[in-house]
Amino acid sequence: MTHYILQNYWWLIISILGALLVFLLFVQGGQSMLICAKNEGQRSMMVNSLGRKWEFTFTTLVTFGGAFFASFPLFYSTSFGGAYWLWMFILFSFVIQAVAYEYRSKHGNVYGSKFYDTLLLINGIVGPVLLGVAVAGMFFGNEFTVTKANILNVQSATISQWGSAHGLEAIICWKNLIFGFMVFFLARTLASLYFINNIDDEEVRKAQRRNLTINAPIFVVLFLASLVLILTAQGVQVDDNGNMATAPNKYLNNYLEMWWCLVLLLIGVGMVLYGIGKTLLKPDYTHGIWFAGIGTVTVVLTLFWVLGFNGTAYYPSTIDVNSSLNLRNSSSSLFTLRVMSYVSILVPFVLAYIAYAWHKMDHNKITQHEIDTTDPDDKY
Amino acid sequence: MNELMNVVDWSRAQFALTAIYHWLFVPLTLGLGVIIAIMETIYYRTRDQKWLATTRFWMTLFGVNFAIGVATGIILEFEFGTNWSNYSWFVGDIFGAPLAVEGILAFFMESTFIAIMFFGWKKVSPKFHLAATWLTAIGASLSALWILVANAWMQDPVGCHFNPETMRNEMTSFWEVVSSPMAVSKFFHTVLSAWVLGGAFVVGVCSWMMLRKRNIDHCHRSLKVGGWVGLIGIVLTIVTGDSSAVTVAKEQPMKLAAMEGLYEGHNAQEIVAFGILNPAKTVDNNEDPYLLNISIPYGLSILANHAPNSFVPGINDIINGISKDEKGNIINTVSYAERIKRGKLAQEAVALHHTAMQTNDAAALDEINKTLDENFKYFGYGYLDSPQEAVPNVPLTFYTFHFMVTIGGYLLLFMALVLFFEYKKKLNDKAKWNKWWHWLAIITIPLTYLCSASGWIVAEVGRQPWTIQDLMPNKVAISDLSAGYVQTTFWIFAVVFTALLIADVSIICKQIAKKSKTDLNVAEF
Repeated sequence: MTHYILQNYWWLIISILGALLVFLLFVQGGQSMLICAKNEGQRSMMVNSLGRKWEFTFTTLVTFGGAFFASFPLFYSTSFGGAYWLWMFILFSFVIQAVAYEYRSKHGNVYGSKFYDTLLLINGIVGPVLLGVAVAGMFFGNEFTVTKANILNVQSATISQWGSAHGLEAIICWKNLIFGFMVFFLARTLASLYFINNIDDEEVRKAQRRNLTINAPIFVVLFLASLVLILTAQGVQVDDNGNMATAPNKYLNNYLEMWWCLVLLLIGVGMVLYGIGKTLLKPDYTHGIWFAGIGTVTVVLTLFWVLGFNGTAYYPSTIDVNSSLNLRNSSSSLFTLRVMSYVSILVPFVLAYIAYAWHKMDHNKITQHEIDTTDPDDKY
Repeated sequence: MNELMNVVDWSRAQFALTAIYHWLFVPLTLGLGVIIAIMETIYYRTRDQKWLATTRFWMTLFGVNFAIGVATGIILEFEFGTNWSNYSWFVGDIFGAPLAVEGILAFFMESTFIAIMFFGWKKVSPKFHLAATWLTAIGASLSALWILVANAWMQDPVGCHFNPETMRNEMTSFWEVVSSPMAVSKFFHTVLSAWVLGGAFVVGVCSWMMLRKRNIDHCHRSLKVGGWVGLIGIVLTIVTGDSSAVTVAKEQPMKLAAMEGLYEGHNAQEIVAFGILNPAKTVDNNEDPYLLNISIPYGLSILANHAPNSFVPGINDIINGISKDEKGNIINTVSYAERIKRGKLAQEAVALHHTAMQTNDAAALDEINKTLDENFKYFGYGYLDSPQEAVPNVPLTFYTFHFMVTIGGYLLLFMALVLFFEYKKKLNDKAKWNKWWHWLAIITIPLTYLCSASGWIVAEVGRQPWTIQDLMPNKVAISDLSAGYVQTTFWIFAVVFTALLIADVSIICKQIAKKSKTDLNVAEF
């Protein structure tokens, strides 16, 4: 396989990981709703329902970062070292999540259950919003330059240089925030659908349907706003020789030129709306998460594809267009991508055992009885 | 330049802080994971509820520890990008691959099966549950494998070449990266040392329970498994430590010299068994390196080369480019002054390569590539201001190395005694010194942690100033950040990790105290 094909292949892998990550953010969305639980019994069911899934989100985030490092290291070094505060806030929010589940109900946890629930709330809000901000920056651009020759100058050796705010400017950019809050309300919408599916309790299901009537419309409005912003945004076009230039409505044109992306986008949006709508309209319907989840994955996949394919710089620089990162100038070597591609053959196997384990664990839905009769050390 | 140095120092401090905290939790996960899997296997084979209860006791402690290990691990991965962005580009083509494999293969294995391990007792069959427990333990070791392969590559960069067009190292042989002697030694030495820590933890906790005369049968069951895992672990750790020393002697002689505080090497070089360094000693003076030195003849020559009369170079020998054959004849190697000169030549060649590419000057490119090939081995030295800059912190490397070796020797004796007393139960239970023995076992837990951390300090401090041995010093590897930013996040990390450590230790202690009062011969769900 050629370098070109492997670069595209690894962007596809990144897209899949990114799409799965967005879907799995329902864990964070659920955490942001724990505070709304009517009583401790409901909260316990919700926490335990999420607690058996949080590691999937966490691991997908770690793998998403690892895959970027391996396949597009210049993005890793430019974005992480540049948008320092943005990534640090994201990381902090995930650090506190990891321990909060395990410690919240344990004797001797020093700070009390409410402290850990607050940590879950922080991760539930900060995680999706800032991950959304980080992804939005890939569409709307950031202030950075890349000069590889800097590495030969010990006095100013950094290849990728960023504005002095180091990611704070990205967090307060209104376009990024609209995208970030869209992801947040998507996570909350998916969380409601997940709870309805995973917890066999009438009160919880009723409460989540009520939440859905609030979160889903807000999400839809923010999604439309984000879509308009993306489709009208200026992107960066990369020609066959690697020359880059700004291009108005680049992402809209990409959707039109890659018509199958547009079709998949519409199918994905339709599936999300169908999952939400049917759940709201049919009180006994509990499978909305699967439609909305698959729809979410499909929509996010197309967003990544219009971001990276069709001669597009997936990380535009707003101050030096030639510093923008695209699949060709930021990837690993042909040899490395080829080696990793052999490893990626195992991905379907990994997905299969995850699906099998998920099925085994979720075969019986969570009930109040199960929570009440489970050993305290076996629940969150 | 001062600002730059501050950023380097804070970035190093932040990475060291995160790594040390991470390594407080990971070895227990690795070691205890294997111990739990063995215990559950015994339960599966015997269907004895006592073994199930014992398995579940340790599994609870495993879970508490696992979470914080995961939490500190994510920071480490992303810190490569946030704080060491030049490094990320310079080696991403090599370093990224093991990290991606780690994510795809190991992390998902761990995260999937740990959920079954904890919540699947009533949801899956005993056989499937046992498989999940083993896969969790294997997944943890696999994740250690890939990150250690990456670390080993930083100590001994193999299987790659430098591409002047992209200004980075590019992989040429994945197999060479994975199977380098440094990677093999590092993986086994590290993972097996984690078995020792797991064993010491089990022995220490059981000793505490036995002091309070709680669940004695459970303790004896645990001591047998923990003792064997610990003993096998320490024996193999010592064996792999030996192969590590040979590799270090060959690839990082400066580190070995620092480990021994050796400035002037000799044939048949003795090894310091116990020593106190002279603080006044530097590479620039003729002070005696030691205030006190009790040595074993031939020891370092045997350790480094497996040859009693071989020459082991000291710090000054390495700087001056002097080595000797077994008969004591001087062999000149490349001095550090020469390395700096050749490193600068390599860097100039890279700069000229860029110009020659633009003008498409084939003859010039050939000449430049030739210069680069001849000198790239010393590329990183071109960034150094003086040979002295390439000398690591000798006292820290020396003392942590000797502490590690001393405690390692003690652990060998300790684990052997644990098993001896366990199989001679009556002798132990009735002995007057029984109480002191249990207290010693409890104290052994923190000693093992310190020993484990010391090993990492030797490995990482001993290779300074290099982020990548001979190719990239720390000051070139960092991100474009202000010292204040990194200082801020350093203190945030310090506070958060310390708070979490306090909670972790508190929960583990409470869990031990609480569960030790229940009947650990009966499994409860």
